[in-house]
Amino acid sequence: MNPAFSVIFLTTLIGVGQGMFLALFTGQSYSAVELLPTQDSAHFYGTGAMLALLFLVGGLVASFFHLGRPERAWRAATQWRTSWLSREVIVLPIMMGLVFFYSLMHWFEWDTVLFTTKAGARLQLTLIIGTLGMLTTFALFICTGMIYACLKFLQEWHSPLTVINYILLGTASGFTLATAFANISAPELMRFYAIWSMIIIAAGFITRSASLVRNSRIKAKSTIQTAIGVRHTKIQQKAMGFMGGSVNTRDFFHHATATFLKTMKWSFLLLAFVVPFILLWVGMDKHNSGILIAAFVVQYIGLLAERWFFFAQANHPQNLYYQTI
Amino acid sequence: MTQLALVIDLNVCVGCHACVTSCKEWNTSGPAGFMTDENPYAKDPTGTFFNRVQTYEIGEFPNTETLHFPKSCLHCEDPPCVPVCPTGASYKRKEDGIVLVDYDKCIGCRYCSWACPYGVREIDEQQQVMKKCTLCVDRLYDETLPESERKPACVLACPTSARLYGDVHDPESEVSVAIREEGGYPLMPEWGTMPSNHYLPRRKTRMHIHEDELQRADNPLNKEQRGPSAPVKTPTLDDSTSW
Ligand code: SF4
Ligand code: SF4
Repeated sequence: MNPAFSVIFLTTLIGVGQGMFLALFTGQSYSAVELLPTQDSAHFYGTGAMLALLFLVGGLVASFFHLGRPERAWRAATQWRTSWLSREVIVLPIMMGLVFFYSLMHWFEWDTVLFTTKAGARLQLTLIIGTLGMLTTFALFICTGMIYACLKFLQEWHSPLTVINYILLGTASGFTLATAFANISAPELMRFYAIWSMIIIAAGFITRSASLVRNSRIKAKSTIQTAIGVRHTKIQQKAMGFMGGSVNTRDFFHHATATFLKTMKWSFLLLAFVVPFILLWVGMDKHNSGILIAAFVVQYIGLLAERWFFFAQANHPQNLYYQTI
Repeated sequence: MTQLALVIDLNVCVGCHACVTSCKEWNTSGPAGFMTDENPYAKDPTGTFFNRVQTYEIGEFPNTETLHFPKSCLHCEDPPCVPVCPTGASYKRKEDGIVLVDYDKCIGCRYCSWACPYGVREIDEQQQVMKKCTLCVDRLYDETLPESERKPACVLACPTSARLYGDVHDPESEVSVAIREEGGYPLMPEWGTMPSNHYLPRRKTRMHIHEDELQRADNPLNKEQRGPSAPVKTPTLDDSTSW
């Protein structure tokens, strides 16, 4: 496929937003059962959730650039019974709404403690909103991943690994952002986030590498023989029926060289996983916000490359019909 | 149930592109709006078409064969492009199985074109909605047209009658008979899309002549008649007289 920048930004930006929200909610749940020190609501959770929301809005804005007719976008919420894209269109605003309320309630400290267990764990109202938010966050990850994983003849995408990678890579980038954010506004939580970020980055590295290995072994089900239905080992296309381009020649192939593709692969493996892992480690040791922010920026750039490669690597069977002018 | 479709006979298609031009002519003038062409006479021309004729070479020189291959939406019986559409703009008609796009609902997200393995959906770069073959649905039921013309424009235009049109669910229709008796096949059967359009393969008529068929073993002349006499070497009467 030809990677579309709107979709690359959409998926990476909402990934950060989702991951950041998960990070905040994890932190709050830990402190509710007193595994972590309690934070000042407004400053840490309120601002943090706003930051997450900012990324989600950024993703939403990017998504509109992908549509030919954005003014009709509301219609995309109608086919949730069959279309994962439609489901994503519904879940994304719900999740954004929940994050918004989560932030608002922390900000204004509308946080009644509903009850306290004997052991001292406090169930706050924001935890309930947060739980709902967490569930929709995962639902959103699944919708985004399934948009690609459900297309069975895009064999590179048609795998559970696609969904798992969306979940892990998005969460990892959000946790890295949360680490940098915590170092500034809640330093005693920084270690907690940094360690989780490194764990998730490592997990994402394993699953993304697994999908690379899987994809390198794929045997295409469609061939030129099945495409035109002629049984002969030597078939060549001589004309695609037109000499100028068409959507079919533009949208479905990346038009980059094999070397470039390879460079992208190695750069995303380095930038999205190895370098941020090291920077997180160093930043955690030194309590240095600059290094932690750098970790996030590098990881985000790496994820842009990762998403580009994700699209470019998918080989659409329609290309069999468009091989030569 | 009715499933209207085309059957394309690759044995007679000569690759003249008459179906392409008549399709474009009919559909660009249709009630659904024009089909955009950008830079038609300049550098990098591009445009929206419902139908394309491609050419393939089979075999290796000098034993090659040219195959002209018209391709448009196959109106799949289980179309993967329909369920993925988030707006419901892409749909398959219950009454005749034609797969259509509602241009007033489409948001131009291109997802359906990703979901079609055959590369027959083309977004209109100007109107930003997805377009594809409609099987000339605006001709098929138009009672102001003479009955013989209530067919897709491409079928009417084909000079070699390589394009048959009809209901592939009716076992006695011309198309069903052709599929059944002439070896009609679907494209990329591996994806289970069950295309309604079928293709008839190239068929060759070959005469098989064996050695013993060239000379009759039981030729009675071999037994009864004297063989022709050897050529006469000496001059004959015919050589010396002129009548
Ligand atoms: S050929 Fe493509 S566009 Fe047409 S019905 Fe089948 S999947 Fe859909
Ligand atoms: S481009 Fe239009 S028809 Fe295709 S999936 Fe999107 S909304 Fe549906």
